[in-house]
Amino acid sequence: MWSFLTDNPNLWYVMGGCAILGVASGALGCFAVLRRQSLLGDALAHAALPGICLAFLLTGSKSPGVMLVGALASSLLGALFILGIVRGTRLKEDSAIGIVLSVFFGGGIVLLTAIQHRPTAAQAGLDKFLFGYAASLVPRDLEVLGMLTLAVLAVLALFYKEFKLLAFDREFGAAMGFPMRTLEVLLTALVVVAVVIGLQTVGVVLMAAMLITPAVAARQWTHSLGLMVTLAALIGAGCGVTGAVLSGAGRNIPTGPVIVLAVTLVMLFSIAMAPRRGLVWSWVRLWRHRKKVRLENLLADFYRLGEPQQDWKRARTLPALAIVRGQPPARVARTVAQLERSGLLASENGQWRLTDTGLEQARRILRNHRLWEMFLSRRLELAADHIHRDAEEMEHALSPAIVAELERLLGQPAMDPHHKPIPVVNPKSEASNPQSS
Amino acid sequence: MTPELAIILTACLTATACAIVGTFLVLRKMALIGDAISHAVLPGIVIAFFFTHSLNSLPMLIGASLFGLVTVALIEALSRTRRVAEDSAIGVVFPALFALGVLLISQRAGQIHLDTDCVLYGDIAWVPFNTIVVGGVNLGPRSVWVLGAVTLANLLFVLVFWKELKISTFDPELAAALGLAPVLIQYLLMGAVSVTTVAAFESVGAILVVAMLIVPAATAYLFTDRLWLMLTLAIVFGVLAAVSGYFFARAFDFSIAGAMALAVGVWFTLAWLFAPRHGVVAQLVWRARLSVRFAGELLVAHMADRNEPSLPVRALAGHFRWREWFGRLVVRDLLRRQLVRLDKAEVLLLTETGRQLAREFGREASAANSHDR
Repeated sequence: MWSFLTDNPNLWYVMGGCAILGVASGALGCFAVLRRQSLLGDALAHAALPGICLAFLLTGSKSPGVMLVGALASSLLGALFILGIVRGTRLKEDSAIGIVLSVFFGGGIVLLTAIQHRPTAAQAGLDKFLFGYAASLVPRDLEVLGMLTLAVLAVLALFYKEFKLLAFDREFGAAMGFPMRTLEVLLTALVVVAVVIGLQTVGVVLMAAMLITPAVAARQWTHSLGLMVTLAALIGAGCGVTGAVLSGAGRNIPTGPVIVLAVTLVMLFSIAMAPRRGLVWSWVRLWRHRKKVRLENLLADFYRLGEPQQDWKRARTLPALAIVRGQPPARVARTVAQLERSGLLASENGQWRLTDTGLEQARRILRNHRLWEMFLSRRLELAADHIHRDAEEMEHALSPAIVAELERLLGQPAMDPHHKPIPVVNPKSEASNPQSS
Repeated sequence: MTPELAIILTACLTATACAIVGTFLVLRKMALIGDAISHAVLPGIVIAFFFTHSLNSLPMLIGASLFGLVTVALIEALSRTRRVAEDSAIGVVFPALFALGVLLISQRAGQIHLDTDCVLYGDIAWVPFNTIVVGGVNLGPRSVWVLGAVTLANLLFVLVFWKELKISTFDPELAAALGLAPVLIQYLLMGAVSVTTVAAFESVGAILVVAMLIVPAATAYLFTDRLWLMLTLAIVFGVLAAVSGYFFARAFDFSIAGAMALAVGVWFTLAWLFAPRHGVVAQLVWRARLSVRFAGELLVAHMADRNEPSLPVRALAGHFRWREWFGRLVVRDLLRRQLVRLDKAEVLLLTETGRQLAREFGREASAANSHDR
């Protein structure tokens, strides 16, 4: 099934071109994303079109060098317009970007139709810049694209420290005496070069995704800029190759859109699954915490029920617990079963009572609750009727070290503000926790 | 209806429908959401086209517009995760949906009359030939009817929810406090933007719609602070650009949609330069007037301070290191405001008004000084 890889030598060029684009745009996109200028790249890509057409109209050549000069000139003009509109009028940046993007693109389309009306045959394929023409890359293109990318990466490496400063603390950089404005222009110019590379492979319209999406994906995995840039470049390159292979394998599948969809999938996966930042992990954390709260609340109920008779280990029926908790019996039954599995409850002909460890846990939770209430009412001087709800949340979160500190601070109190005794906990069980079992 | 009239009418209706919703996009700083919607409805249009084989039927309009709302919801969901900044969320969502649309088109290439060129510039030149015929009576081009209906619907939406739109645009917290459901209004507006984009798709394509949505409204914003006036002006500029763009394109045989986008840009640039108050020229003139006025008041204060030294007009420029012409402007301004007068030897003298002004300066200065201490 992989025979198409060897049958078609051209495919290797396409893969090379897409990989090169991925590296350049992925690396540069990180800075655009971190500087909250994601959509500037989109505007620059659109604004490059009239420059490319003009360059062709003036020289009649389609070599990447000429295209680059034209694109660079008109993209920078577009960037200047955006800056001018934001500084010089009451319009905000979003409108400025929208204006430049659409008007320059309109101008480009007008020039494109002007070129199409010319009698020469050389104009054929200029409109391929709109969606890219990765499938028709030749070795000569590859050389130029590769050199451009190397140049971009070299400048990026040379000014890495300065660009880092620009991305995170522009004012600090300016105060240190770095020419931040010049660096901004340089970075914008680098983005334009990446856009020109991208025009050949994914085209004007989809270029935004090539800049932004790998950077957003890479951001999820790391807090270090160097790693983020490397990762984004790798993601961009990997998706470029994937897109090239997929479109080479199928019939009539355009390369650009496939690359963009591949990058988007990687980004979605990163947002969901990246360690620590991933959405799935935070859902898991939330679910675990909720479970812990549910278990601990029921243990505390057992303790409170036993308080009037000082009989902590009396067995309780399911309906009684359900009434105290205010939950349907089925739900309480599930929680009870989980507690029994952890050895905190023991069943006794259809009823449940606290085990020794269970009682220890329940004491610990109640102590946390009442200590926190003491702290709120004595130290922070909150009214007694305002503190229960807060303590209800804190009882699950206080660490042993903080509890010890609270006791020291409050002078080992025996009663809470509602004159209920604060349970004493056996120091040996201090470190244990129902969830660790 | 002649073909030319049909094209112009379609273009003008597109401009009007876009300007109505575009005004609110610009004011709400959501221009780029409009951009995103206009790209992202593409898969909706393609899917609807597979089913209905037409670009301009009502079910297709509604179905495709749903993708606009999906886009907005996706962008919001993505930025609500707080893993992605809002601008990145926009930039991530719309290219992905657009790519999906292009992929769908390429899969059915040849089977449907919908190619990527049409996506980019639309087919406005073919508009006159797609007509509605009911009972053998030719009712004219389909797109005029559809865009007319959309324009009317937008107008109705804005008129009915005028108060809600206005308050939620300028003060969303107040709107929420008054129970005006700003979120609902927001989604209704986004729905209107989606429907407009899909309807305008045939005449200007998915991308140039952005020009029609944002630029006329931005142009109008340079002229006025009144919402209704801005809305009216946006429509005027949109129509003006549509007509001028059409004739420009006709004259040189360019793409009509591209020329219209270029025309809105030209109108915007003209407004940016020459708008009263907010235009570049007006700002320059205002600043120049201000500096002449300041210089003149400085001169008055100086003369009062020195107990009216006799200052010949000729020596003025040298004394203050002003340029010759600037000095003349200052003196003329002072004479016009009757703060100074000239005696026969062309020497400046303070008038009573001038002295009074100088005394006021003195009071303000001493008040400021005592305030500092």
